[in-house]
Amino acid sequence: MTGKPERMTGARAFVECLYRENVDVIFGYPGGVLLPIYDELYDAHLHHLLVRHEQAAVHAAEGYARATGKVGVCLATSGPGATNLVTGIANAYMDSIPMVAFTGQVPSSMLGNDAFQEANITGITMPITKHNYLVQDAKDLPRIIKEAFHIASTGRPGPVLIDMPKDVTTDVIDFVYPDKVELRGYKPTYKGNTQQVKRAASAIAKSTRPVIYAGGGVIGSNASKELLAFAEKIKAPVTSTLTGIGGFPNDNDLYLGMLGMHGTKYANYAVQESDLLIAVGARFDDRVTGKLQSFAPNAKIIHIDIDPAEISKNITVDIPIVGDAKDILKSLLTYVNECDTKEWLDKIAIWKRDFPLYYVNREDVIKPQYIIEQINEACPDAIVVTEVGQHQMWAAQYFKYKEPRTFITSGGLGTMGYGFPAAIGAKLGRPDKVVFDISGDGSFQMNSQEMATIVQNDIPIIIALFNNGYLGMVRQWQALFFEHRYSHTTIEDSVDFVKLAEAYGALGIRVEKPSEVRPAIEKAIEANRPVIIDFIVEREENVSPMVPAGAAINEILDLEKTQ
Amino acid sequence: MKHTLAVLVENKYGVLARVAGLFSRRGFNIDSLAVGITEDPTISRMTIVVRGDDHVLEQVTKQLNKLIDVIRVTDLGSEESVERELALIKVNSDDSNRSEIIQIVDIFRARIIDVASKSVTVEVTGDSNKIKAIQTLLKPFGIKEMARTGKVALTRGSKSS
Repeated sequence: MTGKPERMTGARAFVECLYRENVDVIFGYPGGVLLPIYDELYDAHLHHLLVRHEQAAVHAAEGYARATGKVGVCLATSGPGATNLVTGIANAYMDSIPMVAFTGQVPSSMLGNDAFQEANITGITMPITKHNYLVQDAKDLPRIIKEAFHIASTGRPGPVLIDMPKDVTTDVIDFVYPDKVELRGYKPTYKGNTQQVKRAASAIAKSTRPVIYAGGGVIGSNASKELLAFAEKIKAPVTSTLTGIGGFPNDNDLYLGMLGMHGTKYANYAVQESDLLIAVGARFDDRVTGKLQSFAPNAKIIHIDIDPAEISKNITVDIPIVGDAKDILKSLLTYVNECDTKEWLDKIAIWKRDFPLYYVNREDVIKPQYIIEQINEACPDAIVVTEVGQHQMWAAQYFKYKEPRTFITSGGLGTMGYGFPAAIGAKLGRPDKVVFDISGDGSFQMNSQEMATIVQNDIPIIIALFNNGYLGMVRQWQALFFEHRYSHTTIEDSVDFVKLAEAYGALGIRVEKPSEVRPAIEKAIEANRPVIIDFIVEREENVSPMVPAGAAINEILDLEKTQ
Repeated sequence: MKHTLAVLVENKYGVLARVAGLFSRRGFNIDSLAVGITEDPTISRMTIVVRGDDHVLEQVTKQLNKLIDVIRVTDLGSEESVERELALIKVNSDDSNRSEIIQIVDIFRARIIDVASKSVTVEVTGDSNKIKAIQTLLKPFGIKEMARTGKVALTRGSKSS
């Protein structure tokens, strides 16, 4: 750069920094203290999507990040605007999604005085951000934004929040965007220790019953190709966590599906009988492990993770390798040979044959699993985003994901209301893809106001709403563990979703018979506009199989209807 | 079991809250925490005494290292180190017992830093045991108030922590 640095306001600098970070879309909602920034956004070459609730902005930024691998960006005003981001930030933190959330703040001179729309958002988000900043001087803003994008997207990704007092946006500064980031306390390890890689290779060579347990880290580090090559080279079966789904092609013979509470029986049996468990970018979440003491009892455990704090946090690891999954898998590939796993794979094939995922289809009532299968057949390359609940588990079990970043779901936090706004972000990030929000009637109503957003901006998303008139997953637990006492989980007839769609100017389709399922899906894809398909489904269908909370993962229940 | 950690952090707004918050939300038990600036004004040193087994210690260390503002964490339990605490103790005292208190203070190599007609204030530095011991001896006179710092510690010798 030559000449003097340009003089500009903090608000202008904010926009300049976003340009430098190649941000093309931000999700936001204006407010008093953000007016200087919104005035700059009026002329900016950025797509700002106006949502109807800040929670949708943060979920959309996250959906965008998951679909594209880029950093998601959202913007909210101070006080209630900022606190409305909290759920989405926590969600991004639990699932390690790169995000930068900007919030407006009251002027520095009023900080701490309980001024109008003041909330200590850096204090509030401290435990749920990878890092956060309160900008105290406008001249620090470019450096802080540079650092925030760096921190959010490197190492173990996560959300970073930047709180900007109003005067920071109006003060005039010499704009200098730093070339590089210098943080002496932050030096993520990417390259796996060679000795550890060799130890792992030697354990793999000795194993006859290995299982690869792949988590969201495989997708985060874009390690899918390496994972496939690795699994095929050592001939090991692969199971995915919920957030790892899509990291390994679901149609590959080595694929076992998801493990854990609603995992396949054969994945859970394989893990329990394995002699070597190779965890890649996964964190031994309780929904995966069930009873910790009984998890993979005979297995040596190799744990590949970029976050050293995950090593031996929940389960004692024999061979930890800290670093980037992609880098470590590449390195491992040079040391490993094919394992003698024929007998093991034969055994797994028998489990697969004897204990498949199944449901009993019917002609008179729509089974939710059937809808997922029909969406899969009609549009196998779709991006599937889900809300949280039974439909989420069916979407994880019955859709055959072939590529990473095609299954987008709230894993660690289990956030109802997540899917629809996340689908908006996913569609803006991948406009070439058909995007389905697979939804329950409960979850959808947590952010249904965003219908206005997608209609106003003509964002074609298909909401496949599984309408059973219940908060289905909670009802399932009440059926199983509380003697069918459906305390406050009945929400039937609360909304006519077809009319709701029409009220917003979207297309509404009601589907009451199995024979109408496929035509409705095709009609919705064809329409290429915002659509709600209101599928009236079997009311008390259960997600099966199921490992009760606290049981070992091979203690699996087969559940028919619970009536 | 108690562990003493030397934690070097950026001397920035909110860092103490980040560290303390990490302990509370992850359920780690802080016995004491002392913080102050170092020879480098951009760096503060925290001396943290935490209670827990080796697994807890490992998690505390790793989680602290994850904080962007934490520069280095050293477990002083695995190093030869020097450790001190400071206590100020205000004891009831009048002409009848002042000399007795002065004797105790001398034996402990403590100091009297304030005298009034009905009290004396004692300054004592040392390890926790020494402070506990002088406290026990002064208790019969009546301790009016007491202030105690957390433990501060450095590695022994020329090595830095």
